[in-house]
Amino acid sequence: MGILILEQALNGLQFGLMLFLLAAGLTLVFGIMDMINLAHGSLYMIGAYLIATVALASNSFVVGLGVGIVATAVIGMLLEMTILRRLYQRDHLSQVLGTFAILLMCNEAVRMVWGPQPVMLNPPDALAGPVQLLPGFSYSAFRLLIIGVGLAVALLLYLGVTRTRVGMQVRAGASNREMALAMGVNVQRLFTLVFGLGAALCAVAGGMLGPLLSVQVGMGESILILAFVVIVIGGIGSIRGALMGSLLVGVVDTSGRTLVPMLLEGLFGPAVAANAGAAIASILIYVLMAAVLFYKPQGLFPAHG
Amino acid sequence: MTQPASTTEPAAQTSVTGLLDHPMHWRRAGVLLALLVALPFVAQASGQEFYIGVASRILIFALAAVSLNLILGFGGMVSFGHAAYLGLGAYTVGILMFHGVTSAWLAWPLAVLASGLFALAIGAISLRTKGVYFIMITLAFAQMLYYIAVSVKAYGGDDGLSLASRSTLLPGVDLADDRIFYFVVLVLFVLVFWGVQRLLNARFGHTLQAIRENEPRMVAIGFPVYRYKLVAFTIAGALAGLAGVLLVNLNSFASPSMLQWHQSGVLMMMVILGGVGHLYGPVIGAVVFLLLEEILAGFTIHWQFGLGALLLAVVLAAPNGLMSLATRRHTGEGKK
Repeated sequence: MGILILEQALNGLQFGLMLFLLAAGLTLVFGIMDMINLAHGSLYMIGAYLIATVALASNSFVVGLGVGIVATAVIGMLLEMTILRRLYQRDHLSQVLGTFAILLMCNEAVRMVWGPQPVMLNPPDALAGPVQLLPGFSYSAFRLLIIGVGLAVALLLYLGVTRTRVGMQVRAGASNREMALAMGVNVQRLFTLVFGLGAALCAVAGGMLGPLLSVQVGMGESILILAFVVIVIGGIGSIRGALMGSLLVGVVDTSGRTLVPMLLEGLFGPAVAANAGAAIASILIYVLMAAVLFYKPQGLFPAHG
Repeated sequence: MTQPASTTEPAAQTSVTGLLDHPMHWRRAGVLLALLVALPFVAQASGQEFYIGVASRILIFALAAVSLNLILGFGGMVSFGHAAYLGLGAYTVGILMFHGVTSAWLAWPLAVLASGLFALAIGAISLRTKGVYFIMITLAFAQMLYYIAVSVKAYGGDDGLSLASRSTLLPGVDLADDRIFYFVVLVLFVLVFWGVQRLLNARFGHTLQAIRENEPRMVAIGFPVYRYKLVAFTIAGALAGLAGVLLVNLNSFASPSMLQWHQSGVLMMMVILGGVGHLYGPVIGAVVFLLLEEILAGFTIHWQFGLGALLLAVVLAAPNGLMSLATRRHTGEGKK
């Protein structure tokens, strides 16, 4: 039982950190540009596809990861400069419709290039096996790498946002855009930069989760909704909120899927557990979000005001 | 309390209608209705019966879009979970039929009631939040219902729930006949559209639009704003439930994808495409969207790309939807 809980906690941490990579970009775009970007999940999908393709061609996971991240960042910046820039000043409704259209186009474009079948992305051979962490408890080496990468990126992002000049401008933009503009921040360049960073983080998440989940069309959409849940729980525009929200959602979602059916089976028997368990487990995070918004309508760590 | 309503009257005298009025344009509506009534006969005469089903589908989605426009366009409530009520209506009919209840007189009102009750409960919680948080919390509730539909294996789970037949309406009126079903859909659509138009031009509708324009002022005047919004939210949910009832009968199939956020997005697209806050906007949007889908799918399997490109062009070129191209009336929709 102890081993199980430890494993679930690690899985939750791993999933939460990957969610954080997506949510961080989303919350910055949301907080600074006041922009709902439904196409964020598409960048995650494109990143995963690019990484899988380059990794297969070069026979190296690391090369694939590097090329894929850079390429996705470039695609993200191009998208921002050509289309999304025109949507900043529009109301949320137009943004939802515009980025939904982009999402449809991205899905179809990927289907045209790579076909409808999922693409294989294998973890590097050295990390394919399990590692013994404690006597009697081994854990997938690749998942440990994900946790390591997630923690490293979170730390870098934290240092970048709190300790650098650009990070200061980002925070200024997130808490009061007009004031940042008045203080002479080149907001247009900053927006493009933030968008590129968000896209790069998407690609990292895509490359890390690709070997665990399948690389296929539509993979970005389910995780996009989770990322939105995360930033709403954490408070829009707040990096700290995104981290807390991600870990909360990651742990609740992952452990709920294992523990709720077990709990129900213990209480009501296997028939109830099979039906109700899965249902309850999959709605847990939405219940969590509704509860958070009920008590704190601005999220746990509001960035504004 | 009659003061706010009477302030629209000077405007009504200077122009043909007030800012908050939405006339039916009876002459145009009459022509449209005549065309809709004639459609199945024309389709049958020219051997294109397939289009009767397409027209039913368009009317059903137009009905759902009209219900969404009531809260999104006229109430300023951006609900991103409207598909939930569509799915609730559909699943109520499906589940009742699964247990042997086929009568439309029993199942349909129950389905509408269920959707309305869920909308009441969800709205009561969601309306405490504002702006983006409202968009997200409505989405969250819709996703909950979606995952419940996917998980409950007794009613098909992921595979969806097939109906043995369409509901039974009256002896001698067989809904399995596509033409008869079309006319049932048409009658319900006309009734709902007329009812929504009446509602919008009544005191309730004017109050709702005034809340959209300036909520703090309406609170200050002394209107129970929360209650007005909740009633509108509930009505919209119940009407979307009715659309779900018709949709499940059309397809003889209730699928979890009816509740998915993708579906909510599509409904929103129809409303925005046609024109937010225009009486005819959602109808135009539904017609254009579904016809585009139908036509593009005939050309290429990658029709979604073309659909996305066209939608993007509409967003960039016609910010207030297709209806704004026709009227060019500035409504002053601000950033919320």
